[in-house]
Amino acid sequence: MFVRTALLVLRKDFAIEVKSREILYTTLLFALSCVLVFSIGFVKQGEPLEDAASGILWIAVEFAGTLALGRTFERERYAETLRALLLAPASRAAIYLGKMLGIVLLLAIVELALAPLVAILFRAPFGAEPVLLAVLLAAGTIGFAAVGTLFAAMLVRARSRDVMLPILLYPITIPVMIAGVRGTSALLQSPPDTATVVMWIAILTAFDVVFVTLSLWTFEPVMTE
Amino acid sequence: MTSAPDFDSVQLADVSRHFGRRRALAKITLTARAGDIVGLLGPNGAGKSTLISVLATLARPTSGEVFYGGETAARLGAALRRRLGLLGHELFLYPELSARQNLMFFAELYGLDARAVVDAALERAGLADRADDDVSGFSRGMRQRLALERALLHAPKLALFDEPFTGLDDRAVSLVADRLRALADSRAIVVVATHDLDLADGLVTRIALIRDGRLLADEPATGGLRARYRGAIGSA
Repeated sequence: MFVRTALLVLRKDFAIEVKSREILYTTLLFALSCVLVFSIGFVKQGEPLEDAASGILWIAVEFAGTLALGRTFERERYAETLRALLLAPASRAAIYLGKMLGIVLLLAIVELALAPLVAILFRAPFGAEPVLLAVLLAAGTIGFAAVGTLFAAMLVRARSRDVMLPILLYPITIPVMIAGVRGTSALLQSPPDTATVVMWIAILTAFDVVFVTLSLWTFEPVMTE
Repeated sequence: MTSAPDFDSVQLADVSRHFGRRRALAKITLTARAGDIVGLLGPNGAGKSTLISVLATLARPTSGEVFYGGETAARLGAALRRRLGLLGHELFLYPELSARQNLMFFAELYGLDARAVVDAALERAGLADRADDDVSGFSRGMRQRLALERALLHAPKLALFDEPFTGLDDRAVSLVADRLRALADSRAIVVVATHDLDLADGLVTRIALIRDGRLLADEPATGGLRARYRGAIGSA
């Protein structure tokens, strides 16, 4: 029932997004614009700044993720549907998991477009170790979405939620940013430093386990007024 | 899955609820029984919506307890929510989805035989021919009828309504009122927060008059509601 509820919530969010395409388009456009703006600043006469690619990739993911989180929960706030979800006899942790998986899926699509663009504009050889890059991005995205989904849900009734979300989210997800950027930098070395990449993936995985567990555990009490 | 608890009464015992320093409910003691339609009446900010949220387990009392047939919400857990239905100020519907998609989603969330209950609910709402249209294109009355069916899909034992008549025309009001009477006839406990005293006068079987979070009166509804309201609360 737990997994079924999470998948139901995910399927519902997916059905809404297929109809509106609102969050995907805005998030994608924002992320791509972010990379393009950085490329204007950090690419001089066709030569990108050394090591800029990894930082720009992760900044774009984090900013786009913040936008997606805000919009996703704004949708649940608009007609108070979050209250209807919380009133259902299903596990509230499963509802959290469904919302989190929706954010992860959305960001995965954004990353599919972002990584090639960063690779082209910043001459980053992401193609050298595509599997490691995918694992690194997946681990980082899950960690970011785990914390972000909890905070976005908690702030859904707060008047200053748009301001509060990044203020709460960014300090806690600093380990995700550090591990993501350092891991990607190691991946972009020639030859790629796979041992270092694996170490950062392990750190990200530990972060994911801790924060997904904490969020599943705290979602029920924090969502009851 | 844990079986849904059955109960014939809901009792609030000295329930208070504070939001920071603001007191929304102060020592409310009230009992509603199966077959009752309890009208929660009071001015804006009286605490009616907070009381509905507490009964729906969406808000915890700061002090006091709510008993669902002698058991607390904490003891009954998530299974209790299978017996609660709520129609709030907002309609709890996804405007981007069709009427059928909305009902299917909630039916599956409640673990119901979705196809059967959804078709019946669409018929009752008079929306069978618009089932696959997006809710965003519906009038207020159509949305309200759909939201009512969404709230009652799982045949709740305790049905909570917060201003269910807002923005409805006469025909829709009478449909909603008939639905509430039918619920009470089926031994559900119905609690309605409303400002519409004329409507409440012919509908509710008990009244609870609330002002500033305090329960001023809890008595059978025997007509002359406006005069009693004016006497207890002020101009109406």
